[in-house]
Amino acid sequence: MSKVIIIDDEPLARSIVKEYVQKHATLELAAECGDGFEGVKAIQQHQPDLIFLDIQMPKINGFEMLELIEEPPAVIFTTAFDEYAIKAFESHAVDYLLKPFDQVRFDKALAKWEDQKDKNSEKNTRELLDSVSQSPSQSQRIVIKDGNKIKIIPIQDILYLEAADDYVKVHTKDGYFLKNKTMGHFEKTLPGSQFARSHRSFIINITQITRIDAYEKDGHVAVLRTGAKVPVSRSGYGKLKEVLGL
Amino acid sequence: MASSPLSSFRFRTFFFLVWLVIITDQAVVLYWFGLPVKVAVIDSLISKSFLLLASLAIINTLRFYMPRKENYIHLLSWVLFFTVLIALLEGWVLNAVFGEKEGYSQFLHHSLAVRVSLDFLLLSCLILFTVLWFHQKEQQLQEQRKDDAERMAKEAELFKLRQQLQPHFLFNSLNSINALIGSRPDEARKMVQQLSDFLRGTIKKEETQWVTLQEEMQYLQLYLEIEKVRFGNRLSTKVEIDENAAEMKLPSLLLQPIVENAIKFGLYDTIGDTEIKIYAAKDKNNLVLKVINPYDPETATPQMGTGFGLKSVQRRLYLLFARNDLLQTLGKENTFTTIVVIPQTTPTETLT
Repeated sequence: MSKVIIIDDEPLARSIVKEYVQKHATLELAAECGDGFEGVKAIQQHQPDLIFLDIQMPKINGFEMLELIEEPPAVIFTTAFDEYAIKAFESHAVDYLLKPFDQVRFDKALAKWEDQKDKNSEKNTRELLDSVSQSPSQSQRIVIKDGNKIKIIPIQDILYLEAADDYVKVHTKDGYFLKNKTMGHFEKTLPGSQFARSHRSFIINITQITRIDAYEKDGHVAVLRTGAKVPVSRSGYGKLKEVLGL
Repeated sequence: MASSPLSSFRFRTFFFLVWLVIITDQAVVLYWFGLPVKVAVIDSLISKSFLLLASLAIINTLRFYMPRKENYIHLLSWVLFFTVLIALLEGWVLNAVFGEKEGYSQFLHHSLAVRVSLDFLLLSCLILFTVLWFHQKEQQLQEQRKDDAERMAKEAELFKLRQQLQPHFLFNSLNSINALIGSRPDEARKMVQQLSDFLRGTIKKEETQWVTLQEEMQYLQLYLEIEKVRFGNRLSTKVEIDENAAEMKLPSLLLQPIVENAIKFGLYDTIGDTEIKIYAAKDKNNLVLKVINPYDPETATPQMGTGFGLKSVQRRLYLLFARNDLLQTLGKENTFTTIVVIPQTTPTETLT
């Protein structure tokens, strides 16, 4: 028996997948969710083997939801039309169903999943998430799980980012939030016109800087509007000057 | 290549009339100076025929070769060249015809300077007129081309804006129908009908066409019904239209993208139920439309407020009215309001 969960905001879209799922005696439908928040909860609770996931959903989309899950299950994406996503699916060998789809197409995707069950599906999903987080719509905000709550931070609200072991601390005026990504990831995905890596362990939102002070010998420190001080390394100082146009 | 001024019948008539007047004039003047009538007429005919030939030569040359503005001095040399040519031919031919008549050679000799300066003046006038004529033609053509290019660009742009009917909407609707076929075939059939009517409306309508609010609302209703089937209980709508606004006019397919934007915004930016409100009222000579949707000011990313849907509406309004202030958005607490003002004077009628 394999446990599956359907996550889609349109009730009829869920019902058709449910209909197809019920044709398979080996599948057990553990939950149906109407948005990503319910999805996160249901996945934690049921630990499914496979999820059918829509992309465009309220508040957080399918990709953002997956980012919040420590060990994502295998995913078959279901979407109506999203050129960017489809390109990403293809280049990362993640299966997807284009709506509307019939039982035959559904069964095919399922068979493919059963064939490759233990083959790097998680790695593929991770790579997919990395690649879609650079999409224009997604690089405008960061979605973070804060205990039981899910926090959506528009990037203009970020003061600075700080490396913290396997996590990155996202500092905002409401305190900091932990995101399980690397500094390299953020350096790549955040817009270069607004963010600069001032230090091996820091990325600054340059619109927040009020001044840059000299600090000890050949060091600098950036002072933000909030009064927070962020270290600036020698090479970071060069980058900052470039972004600020000095 | 521009057509010659001689291709116009009116001009041709005018040209030959002027020529006749000049011939008559010269004949009368010659007669005045004491030449016999017959000699005066023939002299005039011969000398002015040369002038006519030179004129035709000039007009035709200009048809194929129009000097650039900085080379207009060339035209003067043409005039001089033709004047001298005419004078030589005229002197030679007239001398050959009437040379034996007493006193004629002498008269010809004396009058040659006057003849030459008259020809020079006439040719100058002609060349000036012809150059102006070709210039005006060229300008007309250029303006025509510019107008055509602008009109085509406008049409193409409007067409593109119209094509914004999201494939997303279409495929998701088909997916809903697919789901209904198994469980509720009657509803599936109804939705196929609504979707077809809606699509037909999109294809049929011209962007430049004006429709009454009532007509636009009927069309919008199809869209709303489809969206309600897709999103189930989450989506509800409230429509209030003032009696005196129902017959007011607006560009077709303008309201739908605004409502589409409101629905997307409302459904994707909030969790839970979404009510979309649509109000229409008359304000002086304007139709004022308000579309209200819930949203979350904390997470609404800035570009969502002016999402593609609204941007294209803004652009359309600009193309139609040359105004950028007709579309306004207002985010207050948890509601987002889009206001569109449609002036009832239609400067766009020139567009059709």
